Amino acid sequence: MAKRIDVKDLDIYYGSFRAVRSVSMTIQPRAVTALIGPSGCGKSTYLRALNRMHELIPSARVEGKVVMDDQDLYAPGMDPVDVRKHVGMVFQRPNPFPTMSIYDNVAAGLRLNNKRLRKSETDDVVEESLRGANLWEEVKDRLRKPGSGLSGGQQQRLCIARAIAVRPDVLLMDEPCSALDPISTHAVEDLMAQLKENYTIVIVTHNMQQAARVSNYTGFFNIAGTGQPGELVEIDETPTIFSTPTHTATEEYISGRFG
Amino acid sequence: MSNTGQGAATARRVRKRPADQAFRGITTGAGVLILVVLAGVAAFLLIEAWPSFVAPAEEIPGEGGLVLYIWPLVFGTLLASVLALVIAAPLAVLIALFITHYAPRKLAQFLGYVVDLLAAVPSIIYGLWGFTVLAPATRGPAEWLHEYLGFIPLFAGPPSTTGRTMLTTALVLAVMILPIVTAVIREAFLQTPKLHEEASLALGATRLEMIRMAVLPFGSSSIISGSMLGLGRALGETMAVAIVLSASGGVTFNLISSGNPATIAANIALEFPESSGVAIDTLIASGLVLFAITLVVNMIARAVINRRTDFSGAS
Repeated sequence: MAKRIDVKDLDIYYGSFRAVRSVSMTIQPRAVTALIGPSGCGKSTYLRALNRMHELIPSARVEGKVVMDDQDLYAPGMDPVDVRKHVGMVFQRPNPFPTMSIYDNVAAGLRLNNKRLRKSETDDVVEESLRGANLWEEVKDRLRKPGSGLSGGQQQRLCIARAIAVRPDVLLMDEPCSALDPISTHAVEDLMAQLKENYTIVIVTHNMQQAARVSNYTGFFNIAGTGQPGELVEIDETPTIFSTPTHTATEEYISGRFG
Repeated sequence: MSNTGQGAATARRVRKRPADQAFRGITTGAGVLILVVLAGVAAFLLIEAWPSFVAPAEEIPGEGGLVLYIWPLVFGTLLASVLALVIAAPLAVLIALFITHYAPRKLAQFLGYVVDLLAAVPSIIYGLWGFTVLAPATRGPAEWLHEYLGFIPLFAGPPSTTGRTMLTTALVLAVMILPIVTAVIREAFLQTPKLHEEASLALGATRLEMIRMAVLPFGSSSIISGSMLGLGRALGETMAVAIVLSASGGVTFNLISSGNPATIAANIALEFPESSGVAIDTLIASGLVLFAITLVVNMIARAVINRRTDFSGAS
């Protein structure tokens, strides 16, 4: 299930503007990789390039390679729709479909990928996914109620359940806790620790304590100045990055002496 | 301490500011005015139509009584309008989707302007176009429909030689209401939250699936309200129908023959100049029925929109 991603010399452009320069990294399976760095350093752009979501902006393109288990995600003929089926995503703000019930939200991706599913099978996957997202006990009595009636933290876990229901290989999380209170944040972080048993997780976060708490590897992105492309300064095991980083920029950023 | 603070705040709120009071009065007046106008129109229709309610059946035009006079008109009105909506609504959804989700931005903007422009064309122009261009052009297709689909009562025929049929009328009405319906739906589709579009795409939805999961559910209440707006316009449309439709009375679903029921609005416009006495009261009574129909249509639309507010995209 969990897969390794090798990124090689990845440049990301918006039109003629290079937003991210020459990123190479290996994302390990069954581990959490955190991406930290100042705002505008391209870490979210980079994250969205991993499942080709950045292509929704018409002028966006990349150069370089993103290889997942010997398959280049940017190979000609590779359909971004297929890429996204294997690389799921959780967003900054919880975004359950407001017109759907809790049940239908979780089943939404399932119904796309496997149209002829029996009711009992769907039931099973929905329960399994909600349990996987630590939400089952809280919502099992109101599966037919709208997902928008849940609290922010519950909604975000619902979105995680929705993402894992299609059994992706990789789960990308773009600041998944930035709109949540500390208790909900804690719940989602616990969940990440469980999910990494089965998934490759990449998380973008502004919260360095969070990166230190949840991740096995941490990558630091930085930007030389406005108008310059963002780049990966270094990536290493999380304890190393937070204790003895190689670059002074990393040390300054994580110790708060930045800029 | 907090108590006195609260007390002071209440006292401040209670103090009346003349400008606030005056503006409040103006807005209240404007709000009441709309109710007064509505009530006034209803009262006018009721009072003016009253003589036709009590008049003996022989005095009503057609000499068959009020119900017999108005019923075919109601039927014709509903048939033409609903048919127009059935043609226009799906088309409007498709156009709105193209403009909001498929067309390149420049083209989308241009098309948006064109749609708005079409909405501003006076209905008499559509009527003239329907009479001179569309009606003759429908004769061929009508014959084809009659020959191959004649077993469907809608196309039983025999095809009209002028083309001024219910089908042509519905087509003209569909073209007329298309811009307004499209405009309402387009606005709703444009406001589909990016969050929800991205949510479905990130699950591996194709663009069509994304539209089904995120865009259409979000816009569904606008599709209904836009359609009802269009239906309202089609129900009340007078000049275009008066010019295009060659009415001969009678109740029939046959869309392509020369025997067509008239519509209420067109019938009033055509008959009014030559009517007097009870005939005028009868026409006003038919107007009252039209008023009631549009009211009911709007109420149904409201009810449909409110039915699933829990699941609406607004929350």
